Amino acid sequence: MKYVDEFRSPGVVKALAEKTKRLSGGHASYMEVCGTHTMAISRSGLRELLAPEVELISGPGCPVCVTSDRDIDRAIAIASLPDVTMTTFGDMMKVPGSEGSLADAQARGADVRVVYSPLDSLQVAGETDRRVVFLGVGFETTAPTVAATILQAAAQNVDNFYVLSLHKLVPPALRALASQDDFRIDGFLLPGHVSAIIGSDVYNFLPEEYGIPCAIAGFEPADIMEAVYLLAVMEKPEVRTEYARAVRPGGNPKALLVMRRVFEPVDVEWRGLFTIPGSGLALRPELSSMDAGKWEVELPEPKPRAACRCGDILLGRIKPFDCPLFAGACTPDEPVGPCMVSSEGTCASYYLYSGEAD
Amino acid sequence: MKLVTMAHGGGGTRMQELLSQTVFPLLGGSATDAEDAAVLDLEAGRVAFTTDSFVVRPLFFPGGDIGKLAVCGTVNDLAMRGAKPLYLSLGLIIEEGLPFETLEQALTSVAEWAGRAGVRVVAGDTKVVERGKADGLFINTAGVGVVPEGRDVSITGARKGDALIINGYIGDHGVAVMTEREGFRFESGVVSDCAPLNVLTEAMFAAGKVGAMRDATRGGLGAVLKEMAAASGAAIEIEEGSLPIRDGVRAVCELLGFDPLYIANEGKLVASVPSGDENAVLEAMRSVEEGRDSVTIGRVIDGKPGEVVMVTKLGSRRLIRMPSGEQLPRIC
Repeated sequence: MKYVDEFRSPGVVKALAEKTKRLSGGHASYMEVCGTHTMAISRSGLRELLAPEVELISGPGCPVCVTSDRDIDRAIAIASLPDVTMTTFGDMMKVPGSEGSLADAQARGADVRVVYSPLDSLQVAGETDRRVVFLGVGFETTAPTVAATILQAAAQNVDNFYVLSLHKLVPPALRALASQDDFRIDGFLLPGHVSAIIGSDVYNFLPEEYGIPCAIAGFEPADIMEAVYLLAVMEKPEVRTEYARAVRPGGNPKALLVMRRVFEPVDVEWRGLFTIPGSGLALRPELSSMDAGKWEVELPEPKPRAACRCGDILLGRIKPFDCPLFAGACTPDEPVGPCMVSSEGTCASYYLYSGEAD
Repeated sequence: MKLVTMAHGGGGTRMQELLSQTVFPLLGGSATDAEDAAVLDLEAGRVAFTTDSFVVRPLFFPGGDIGKLAVCGTVNDLAMRGAKPLYLSLGLIIEEGLPFETLEQALTSVAEWAGRAGVRVVAGDTKVVERGKADGLFINTAGVGVVPEGRDVSITGARKGDALIINGYIGDHGVAVMTEREGFRFESGVVSDCAPLNVLTEAMFAAGKVGAMRDATRGGLGAVLKEMAAASGAAIEIEEGSLPIRDGVRAVCELLGFDPLYIANEGKLVASVPSGDENAVLEAMRSVEEGRDSVTIGRVIDGKPGEVVMVTKLGSRRLIRMPSGEQLPRIC
């Protein structure tokens, strides 16, 4: 398959791995902040090809995993309203809140539908008198398409379409990580798709203020291997773009404009972490009539999550195998923590594709 | 447009009409077949017996429909145990309001594929439920076959050194149904692989010994390999590079984040064959239409019982797990 096979060429990947091996002097740990990277690394077995001193750590890069209990509770409360149809991406269905998941709510009678594109929700809204609420989750990759859907709904005067925006932004989260006292990594492997929207310049604060080298990578094995190589050869911290076939310094101006017309940054809680300033996206005040986040709903009592170490995993402090629940009490069938729920969660990808768990 | 009503399931004249004018003629029977039970003549020996229900949505998809699926699914389950499939029952659960035309198309398909697989529909049942209580049409089929003397095929029969053979491309059915159902505005060009496999299995038995065999339906190839490794107490190693996957299936999986290894098939089987018989069985398989693209994908190896490992194209090793939940619901 064109544009895929070239980037999976065993010859290219192995040659890059060898070049990186010859370079590595001491131990180096790089954090891939994106769940799609974690999945690609696990699926292709890339860790095995790297020198033992080079460690890849998975960061908080799955938007489903970092959605807080409170936000899930709110989504479930809204979905459970008798005149509401909720549409969302499949990954959100199994995420546990304080009292079960959206899938549980569906089993109790809530009308929840999985869509592949936010635009599908407009079609659903056109076919019913019920209030249709799209549960928007994702980073900058997803937010522009949701923003475009909202603008389209406004333009077409669709009066039964609403959005519950749980969108999050990557750069503020990276700043929060880098500011942690005990945060020690030798480089960030940055996500290609998010960067295709926001560009590469927005990451300059990482090398400049925190001295952390960065490489923006695509999602094929050769992309990731080349980015690791770029990090290994980098003499002074800077932002390098391996994924130049999609990423420009200033990003995608059209997508950014649409996002800014619809959303504004707000402080939000990241599950397992803490509240990060300006890291969420809420609908702008002039669009508040479509904002389901403004609805008054009754939320259950929050419940602490026993023994789950998702927070430490998201911060790169421990590997999934170090969590006492991993692959025992916590599996993709019975997830305890959010990292096991989403198909791109760190624990789920380690569980599905890595042998070390046995 | 003539629609099925509650009266068609009510046991009265409308029901007689449905059976005598639609069901029996399309299935090639007559009203005189309406006994309480079929009495079957079977050869002496062992009998294989199975049942399966079909709730696929949509009812018609590229490469098949619920009728074809209902025949092939049960025929294949019998064939996987080494049986020669002979008889089917056909249970119809119809949602009130289903167009007769749709029912007729599904039944025509049942008749056609029963004919091609060499089985007869000898018993049946029809129920109609209120609108909203089912999704158009559900079908249950049960099947009976005979297992010839000397055949012993079971999911427990994989032994160290055996070659693992698959009869062609994986993931076609799941992708064909999903792209049809979800109304994606792209054409994958992928057609379901739904097919009866009993001609293929007979060719295999004639050519050599088959240890373990199972059709890779829900859960895909990945689930079947895990089941085979666990049931046989053996370890399995497969080569990623040897897996037959069509470009259309790969493209859809890449776009939507699915793994073709876990996508359902309806006309694929995996068999463990002693290495001495590997070439003869492969050759026999390739001589049959349903086995034209047969290929060896791996081996039963010395290792931890139940473990399935894939050697990736990069040469790294990846553990294959049992899939969790279903990637795609209601595909059969």
